[in-house]
Amino acid sequence: MTNKNGRFGVHGGQYIPETLMNAVIELEEAYNHYKDDPEFNKELQTLFNEYAGRPSLLYYAEKMTKDLGGAKIYLKREDLNHTGSHKINNVLGQALLAKKMGKTRLIAETGAGQHGVATATAAALMGMECVVFMGEEDTKRQALNVYRMELLGAKVVPVTTGTATLKDAVSEAMREWTNRISDTHYCLGSVMGPHPFPTIVRDFQSVISKEIKEQILEKEGRLPSVVLACVGGGSNAIGSFYNFIEDKDVRLIGCEAAGRGIDTFETAATINTGRLGIFHGMKSYFCQDKYGQIAPVYSISAGLDYPGIGPEHAHLHDIGRAEYVPVTDDEAVNAFEYLSKTEGIIPAIESAHAVAHAMKIAGKMSKDDIIVITISGRGDKDCAAIARYKGVTYVGEDE
Amino acid sequence: MSNIKRAFENGKAFIAFITCGDPDLETTKKAVIEMVANGADLIELGIPFSDPTAEGPVIQGANLRALTGGVTTDKIFDMVRELRKEVTIPMVFMTYANVVYSYDADKFIKTCNEIGIDGLILPDLPFEEKEEFEDICNKYDVDLVSLIAPTSENRIAMIAKEAKGFIYVVSSLGVTGTRKEITTDLDSIVAAIRKSTDIPCAIGFGISIPEQAKKMSDISDGAIVGSAIIKIIEKYGRDCPRYVGEYVRSMKDAMR
Repeated sequence: MTNKNGRFGVHGGQYIPETLMNAVIELEEAYNHYKDDPEFNKELQTLFNEYAGRPSLLYYAEKMTKDLGGAKIYLKREDLNHTGSHKINNVLGQALLAKKMGKTRLIAETGAGQHGVATATAAALMGMECVVFMGEEDTKRQALNVYRMELLGAKVVPVTTGTATLKDAVSEAMREWTNRISDTHYCLGSVMGPHPFPTIVRDFQSVISKEIKEQILEKEGRLPSVVLACVGGGSNAIGSFYNFIEDKDVRLIGCEAAGRGIDTFETAATINTGRLGIFHGMKSYFCQDKYGQIAPVYSISAGLDYPGIGPEHAHLHDIGRAEYVPVTDDEAVNAFEYLSKTEGIIPAIESAHAVAHAMKIAGKMSKDDIIVITISGRGDKDCAAIARYKGVTYVGEDE
Repeated sequence: MSNIKRAFENGKAFIAFITCGDPDLETTKKAVIEMVANGADLIELGIPFSDPTAEGPVIQGANLRALTGGVTTDKIFDMVRELRKEVTIPMVFMTYANVVYSYDADKFIKTCNEIGIDGLILPDLPFEEKEEFEDICNKYDVDLVSLIAPTSENRIAMIAKEAKGFIYVVSSLGVTGTRKEITTDLDSIVAAIRKSTDIPCAIGFGISIPEQAKKMSDISDGAIVGSAIIKIIEKYGRDCPRYVGEYVRSMKDAMR
């Protein structure tokens, strides 16, 4: 009587300690109850519109379009959401759900800090306790976000195990959840982990593609040729893709972090370099060695620096519905600067991976084509790290 | 019928866990031999994993030391072949699903059978996912051990009915590691298990001193100890086998 739910093709499942099984079952039951509850959806919609600033803009990037000389480029401005990224969509949904379940404490993992900040924000709003696990390496790369979380009342726990990055933060959050379940909800930040998380997070993020569809039909009267988004675990990408999956003429392209290149060991491009495995509660593709030891992946982007990918993406890859392309650090940094100078929009370094791929393909496409790029977050948090990458020193950096 | 039940024929079972290759495989082999000579009834051989999500800091450290030392699944298989020339008591592997899956589950479990491994404990493979490896385990006569946790409640009967080898009762919430106190109502959990199966059950997580071993084995059929042994290995390194042996003796004596 294996539970067939939560599978996307062969991917997904619930590979977690027995200690957590009743917790995920309880979560699934609560979600199934509330997802169609008019009252719950009304409350969430109000939070989206009145607190997070939805709907987010779909902006025509006219200068970029002219400069690249091909497809018409639109930017889905998730960077304009409250807290500065798409993460707030999922977090408001999960925090509201957790509250309905009687939980009083949220725990979360974070890479770049965006999900941690969003969780700390929702916890502050809803009067819940909040603990965020963050790789020690990332607390250094994203020091400002650590301060933001603390300012919002959350406790930030630096994780020193393993590579001290996102995967280790996920492991530590899972360990903490097995330690304290009754009052605690694990507010997982991406479309990964055990069922029902990949489904819940996707549903809350699917507001992105729902809005893109309405907005592009209103502006252009037709669907885009390509939807582009960056992929780590893959939550902004699945949110951007979801309502287009049945529209077979819309190409869906996920941009993976290739780090220093997919022919090097310093990469985090899971679909391009990984293979099927079981980790962090799910079956999916993972960067790993021949004995199944998870690889210490690398990307300039703390938010994409993860050795796995959400199970629904793995399935979309298997069936050929979505493509996953590698984008290197250099290409992403170049796109980060390009979008800043061309459109006056500083994208998160994560989102810059998607911008970089658009720069590669737009010029080869027809003027009748439309590319929508999801700008998953804003880049303020990355300025110090990119400046260092470029060898720029600025006032206040060095003591 | 499984070889594992033999571990429970010598009074209450003392089950000892060790991470293979911490600090090296030669030391692991010597330590296992010492543990067996001093009364261990079943050996749990940990195959290290890069990201052991069910482990506390002590066993995480052992995993890291072993992997840094270059241990691999194949080298561990070779060590077990050597060990089987001297050790006859039941031995099981404790590792994570990906270690088995990525090796090719059929090849991994077939090898277990060939080298004399009697069971497999995978903390990230709950009841709902056991079909991943169950048929292969049955094919090669390797027991896929089930875990029952303090939060299992309504799931106990379902898990116990299909359990093989022995049942690993997790004493406390959280991850592996020594604990001053174990507060779970283990009597009720064991009673619920007994209603559904006759196979033995042993308690693990948090047990480090003889008094706890005695108490836990009074409630159940045995006590499982991991982190306390790893701490001795961490402290004495290559000189650990003698100290590990003394420790196992003190624990087993308390349970007699």
